[in-house]
This record gives sequence, structure tokens and C-alpha cells, in this order.
Amino acid sequence: MSEHDHQHHGDGHGHDRPLSGPALRVKALESLLVEKGLVDPKALDELIDTYETKVGPRNGARVVARAWVDPAYKQRLLADGGAAIAELGFVERDADILVLENTPRVRNLVVCTLCSCYPWPVLGLPPVWYKSAPYRSRAVIDPRGVLKELGGGIADDVEVRVWDSTAELRYLVLPERPAGTVGWTEEQLAEIVTRDAMIGVAAVTVPAGSRR
Amino acid sequence: MTTSIPPEADLGALPALPRDGEGRVFKAPWEAQAFAMTLSLHARGVFSWREWADALAAELAAAAARGEPDDGTRYYEHWLAALEKLAAGKQLVTGQELERRADEWDAAARATPHGKPIELPR
Repeated sequence: MSEHDHQHHGDGHGHDRPLSGPALRVKALESLLVEKGLVDPKALDELIDTYETKVGPRNGARVVARAWVDPAYKQRLLADGGAAIAELGFVERDADILVLENTPRVRNLVVCTLCSCYPWPVLGLPPVWYKSAPYRSRAVIDPRGVLKELGGGIADDVEVRVWDSTAELRYLVLPERPAGTVGWTEEQLAEIVTRDAMIGVAAVTVPAGSRR
Repeated sequence: MTTSIPPEADLGALPALPRDGEGRVFKAPWEAQAFAMTLSLHARGVFSWREWADALAAELAAAAARGEPDDGTRYYEHWLAALEKLAAGKQLVTGQELERRADEWDAAARATPHGKPIELPR
């Protein structure tokens, strides 16, 4: 899907603006906020660098892998997600994180029906589909269809629980550890944990060729 | 909130989900700037996440009510609109100030040769 041949221009402005509509508005807002001392341009650059390069689903993958190898950690994670995640150095200051455990009988699926609340410190920024209206509505009315489309589907006798995130409470799915990973190290396990598995749309699988 | 849907429900007519890989998180620098300004203002205590989520949800709902396809591709445009309104509502920056400053940047950008950084005349 390409938007390139259909450039959006803001608010009926001319086509020859060197800065596009939203880029111009962001520049205007930022320069005013900087002048008023409300934001620090250096802090903005650091935040962008952090979210573009340092935070991502790998943090969450480390949390999941630790829970798979360390039963005591898993207990703490399920009892108080935020505190257990902070043990590994990832801190969500603004919301609680509830960790949802998948079992052979229960699959958990996370959505934010109103906007796009998401556990940033462990998963980075949400993928495009998570923010889309079809996902936000279909996750609630047709979770099995969503699981089929995004993650290969589930058996009819498995219960699906859908969790709607809020500004105060975010969710992280603890997927099932796949068969064929006995004896793997925590690092090896973390490598196969995907973002989609921690949102709940897919299971963790052992990629062909990576059996050790 | 949790819900359960019986497996036999026929929901084949629902819209397809957009897909992406684990690719870039921002499509353009302005998206990253808008995101970082929001985090920064929140960290200063200018607004709560509840206020932010309400503002963003209102923009998304308004876009849907206008009949815009809400497939996530224009997400940061709605994000920016929410941020502008919240900034105005909190009396940080008025709509008038914003408009004037955007015009100044626009004029400066037009007057700047290609390859030179755009700066406002002081």
C-alpha cells in the first residue's frame, strides 16, 4: 500500500510549501514551547534517540525469557508486573503493567480500543496495525479472526481473553514457552520472543534452523 | 475489560488489518518530534496520561466521524492535533500564536536556498 502518489496537503495550503503541513506545525509548536522554557530541545533529541534505537520489543523479550527460566521471577512478574519489570531496569513510571499468562487453555489479547495505550518501556512504540481502527474494533468483536489473520489462529476449545488498555493500566502477554527449547539459555530464548507474541496476536515458535 | 466471543460467530465481513514488520517507528522526523514533545510535557506534569489519552481518543473519533480511513497511517497527524489542542487548553500556546509562528516558519523556509538550514529572522 503506497501513499506516495497521494500526498496530503494540510488545510488547503499551496502545493509549493517547502515544509509540509504537519512538519510546519510541529516546528511552530516546538519553537514556541522552547522559547517559553516548556521543553528542552536536547531532552527531545534524547527521547527520540531512546525510542528509535534503544527501546523496543527486545526489553519485553528479556522479561519473558527470564520468566521462562526463573519460576520465582515469574511469580513476582504475575503478582506485580511493574516492579518485576523494573528489576531488569525497564521502568514504566506512568502506568501499572499487568502481565497476562497464556496457558494451553487461555490466550490473552491486548488492545487499546480508544487510542493506542501500549507498554512503551517493554515493547517500544506500537506497530501501525495496533493503532488502526480495524484492529481496535476487531480485537474486541472478533478476536479469533484477528488471531487467525495475524498469528495463525487457535483451537476452538481455547478461551480468548481480550484486555482493553487504559492510560493507567497497560498489559504485557507472557506467551507459552514453545516445545523444543529445553536447555536453552535465557539469551537464546529472548531471541525468539516476538513483539506480536507479547501483544498476544501470535504464539512464540521455534524458527526452523534455530534448534540447538 | 475482558470479553469472550463464541468461536462459531461469523465475522468474515470485517475490514482487513494493516500489517507491518518490526520496521521504523517514525515515518518522518516531525512524527518523532511530536511524540517527544508529548512525553516531555507530560514529564513536566503539564498533563496526565488520562488527559492525553482522552485528547488523542477524541481526535481519532473525530477523524472516524469525518469518514477518514483510520488505518494508522495518519496516526501522528491526529497525535499532533491532540497535542495542539491540549497545549491551547492548558494555555501553553494559543492557536493564534501557533498560526503566526507557522506562517513565519513557512516564509523562512521559502526564503532559504536548498541545502541551507531554515532559521527564523531574529
